[in-house]
Amino acid sequence: MSSSKTRRSDSRRTPLLLMVLAGLGLGLFVVPLVGLIGRVPWTDLPQLLGSDVVLDALRLSLVASVAATAIAVILGIPLAWMLARVDFPGRSLVRGIVILPLVLPPVVGGAALLFALGRSGLVGEPLYQATGLLLPFSTWGVIVATTFVSMPFMVITIEGALSGLDERYEGAAASLGARRWTVLRRVTLPMIGPSIVSGLVLTWARAFGEFGATITFAGNLQGRTQTLPLAVFVSLESDRDAAVAISLLMVAVSLVVLVGLRDRWWRSL
Amino acid sequence: MSLEAKFRLRRSASLEIDVDLSIPPRATVALLGPNGAGKSTIVAAIAGLLEIDSGRIALDGRVLDEPASDVFIGAEHRNIGVVFQDYLLFPHLTTLENVAFGLRSRGTPRDDALNRSLDWLRRVGLDGMEERRPDDLSGGEAQRVALARALVSEPDLLLLDEPLSALDVAARSSTRHLLQQHLEAFEGPRLMITHDPTEAFLLADEIHVIESGRITQSGTADDLRLRPLTPYAADLAGANFLRGRAVEGVVEVGEHQLRVAREDVAGPVLVTIAPTAVAVHTTRPTGSPRNTWATTVAAVERLGPRVRLRTDGPLQLTVELTAAATDELGLVPGKEIWVAVKATEIGIQTDN
Repeated sequence: MSSSKTRRSDSRRTPLLLMVLAGLGLGLFVVPLVGLIGRVPWTDLPQLLGSDVVLDALRLSLVASVAATAIAVILGIPLAWMLARVDFPGRSLVRGIVILPLVLPPVVGGAALLFALGRSGLVGEPLYQATGLLLPFSTWGVIVATTFVSMPFMVITIEGALSGLDERYEGAAASLGARRWTVLRRVTLPMIGPSIVSGLVLTWARAFGEFGATITFAGNLQGRTQTLPLAVFVSLESDRDAAVAISLLMVAVSLVVLVGLRDRWWRSL
Repeated sequence: MSLEAKFRLRRSASLEIDVDLSIPPRATVALLGPNGAGKSTIVAAIAGLLEIDSGRIALDGRVLDEPASDVFIGAEHRNIGVVFQDYLLFPHLTTLENVAFGLRSRGTPRDDALNRSLDWLRRVGLDGMEERRPDDLSGGEAQRVALARALVSEPDLLLLDEPLSALDVAARSSTRHLLQQHLEAFEGPRLMITHDPTEAFLLADEIHVIESGRITQSGTADDLRLRPLTPYAADLAGANFLRGRAVEGVVEVGEHQLRVAREDVAGPVLVTIAPTAVAVHTTRPTGSPRNTWATTVAAVERLGPRVRLRTDGPLQLTVELTAAATDELGLVPGKEIWVAVKATEIGIQTDN
């Protein structure tokens, strides 16, 4: 009769099937990394990474990803606030449009940006005539394309946090004499602080890896629009060793940022 | 300084608030009603978090909300202290910063705000807790912080939304005493909402019973207890409520002794006996009830099929019976009767 009973330790053991599937899933991430690291030309690495092409691309990638993240904070948080808190007509349509870049192929996004903001585009033409500013094939174009694909991460993260926040806290702050701006600064934003950090990390990570929209809209000019992913793409054709070196650089920068932030701020993510 | 609030406010298809409240300075008024009666909505409207549909809210003659004359003063300009249900302490701020929040928002210099807040934490018995986060406070402590936070900016009116209902029994009596003390010290009008008759009876000078957004009865605790006007008020407020002293399973109420089912309680206690838990006999009852005594019928009131009876000394109780039983026993004022209460039907809580 004891055979029908499960031993206590058995019931706590992780199911084997679960472990196998989880291992396969992990393998999908680890194998390419191993493949990449196995191909690294270690002796030539300093020289490859020290080239002008790589340094220009690194600088541009950092500038564009940080700028896109900053714009996502300035424009994306108010947009998230509108979606979460203001009941305006067509709100779900607006939400759909904001999320669209997440599912749209980046090349299509880049093409759409070109038609709208290019020299003869709907907005681009009057902009060019008025100011002489031409977004395509400029660093500004890289920033616009990068922001386009990465800002939705900020908006959906913050919108979720604001929707989950108990608005009565803001009422309590108002009853204590806090005006709207003070409520936002001292109650609302601090209370969604962890989500803001998550949004920053996701947005930056997406911006740093951005490729399709950038190459379509801004082109591939060294020093002006060629970011690290574009440099990898070009090098794959001409210089495999350089492509591997740049890829390694991107993996390293991403890991440093993600792991570094993780321990400090976004443990909960 | 007094509050005048007479307004209508539709919250949903099924709930329209229609109230008329007037609270003089230094008076505590309780709105007593079930969940969903619109109590929190009334607090939100008076606090300035919701706009009324019609009517007028004025504090000390200053109009705060009057749609007819297009006046609406926002919450941040009202100077009304609110102790919210479940306190709503800001989780990202320390206890001290929570208390100082109102002063800082109104422009008090930092050092001054922190000193006054520290002083208030001491007054509510929380010295040494200023660096704690709300998550690390017990319910009773959080309630004290919420009270200090509401009072530190010297508001013109104090609103309390279910101030004790989230507390466990142990914290309730000590917090109630502290609350009572601070309510008495507060110079302005005080409005408390609650679904707990005990809270209302103990803390309020005047009680308004509220049902579906409307006040159905107003009066003192005694008015309500002895002369409930609706069946709901009878259920809500009809409990017999006595103060006594417990010693080893016996509670002394005045000269009278009641046997209770708890031997672990000693000292001052509050005793509640539901009107339906009291049995009435025309002759001395035999059997298990631990408490029986002779008395006379003082009054008989009919509320439809139910009858509420008041008995004379030694313990004046409200008793609820069916109309049929009343007639059968021939219960009329002056009739000599015996009452019986089982020890297990007597509610008891410490009152220190």
